[in-house]
Amino acid sequence: MSAELAEPASKIELPAHIGGGGEIPTFNITLRVRRYNPEVSEEPVWEDHQLTMYGTDRVLDALHKIKWEIDGSLSFRRSCAHGVCGSDAMRINGRNRLACKTLLKDLDTSKPITVEPIKGLPVEKDLIVDMEPFFQSFREVMPFLINKGHEPTKERLQSVEDRERFDDTTKCILCAACTSSCPVFWTDGQYFGPAAIVNAHRFIFDSRDDAGDMRLEILNDKEGVWRCRTTFNCSEACPRGIQVTQAIAEVKQAILARKI
Amino acid sequence: MSTDIQNPRSGKIAPQYRRGTGSKGNFEMFAWLFMRLSGVVLVVLIFGHLFVNLLVGEGIHAIDFGFVAGKWADPFWQFWDLAMLWLAMLHGTNGVRTIINDYAEKDATRFWLKVVLYAASFVIIVLGTLVIFTFNPCPVVNGVQLPGGFCPAP
Repeated sequence: MSAELAEPASKIELPAHIGGGGEIPTFNITLRVRRYNPEVSEEPVWEDHQLTMYGTDRVLDALHKIKWEIDGSLSFRRSCAHGVCGSDAMRINGRNRLACKTLLKDLDTSKPITVEPIKGLPVEKDLIVDMEPFFQSFREVMPFLINKGHEPTKERLQSVEDRERFDDTTKCILCAACTSSCPVFWTDGQYFGPAAIVNAHRFIFDSRDDAGDMRLEILNDKEGVWRCRTTFNCSEACPRGIQVTQAIAEVKQAILARKI
Repeated sequence: MSTDIQNPRSGKIAPQYRRGTGSKGNFEMFAWLFMRLSGVVLVVLIFGHLFVNLLVGEGIHAIDFGFVAGKWADPFWQFWDLAMLWLAMLHGTNGVRTIINDYAEKDATRFWLKVVLYAASFVIIVLGTLVIFTFNPCPVVNGVQLPGGFCPAP
């Protein structure tokens, strides 16, 4: 071996007064998590955890810290942890958000941060809810391309303007933050919900799709778009910034234009 | 203690979320449309009503029994008040109907609240309509003219 290897940069010890330029600040938080375990108790309970977190940490990191270092029985869904898969929608400080997109430093860390499962769907354990009613409504609007023409040999071409028409509603990641923030959905769970309507909108206004009328007929149901009370909870909750209430209004107008 | 926990992804929908087979018809659509249209018309009717009653001429000091009697002698104001009564009652009834639909948790509660609502609305609409059309400011009871300064002397 050659005699003297240069020491890697990271190993060089800096005097104390120089260090800290890139240091990430830490702070203490109280995370108040809604715990529910049907095998132990029928009643959900709040559980507080004191944690020391970094300025770059998200609510998901705090949940990970609890699960990995303090209490492994804490249950929640998450897959990609980067705001794309839509698994970790939860009610944080009373608002529906993705735990992986909410930075702790943006919340009020002087008070306990509350984390609850999204409302309106049956809780299975801790922060996990039964998403089946949500996906059933999604399936009912037939969220797939239906084209009655001949199958083209190449891709189906579409003008930029036609694509732009439904661009906003293509962003949906099916996290259920909108549907579970809707007070109409909370009462009886019968309403189709904003997410199903957004995904119907994505195909109703797609120039390549031929089943718009069928989808409009489905959403003309008494539990369809007419139950929307335009409270805008869904638009505020959407982690992708979709103008959900506007999409619902456009579907309402499309139904009216077709009937009258 | 044993709790029955279903397999995940069993595809089963909790019963309270199951939707009945879709009701055909466009009632909810027309109800929605009626709310918007009647709302616009009511803004005109109500502010017109307030303007004529409270601001024109002597304004609020002119309002008495005779003022109302004078207004209802004119078919224009009869029609105006009738339209206001019907639109406001139907608009309000439909609004409360949607609130009951949204907030009543049990089907029986929902049904009985709506029965009360429809009965009350029906009585008020019928009574109001009768008053507007059969209003007589100078009734004669048992052959005696009731007093009223504005009534023609018998």
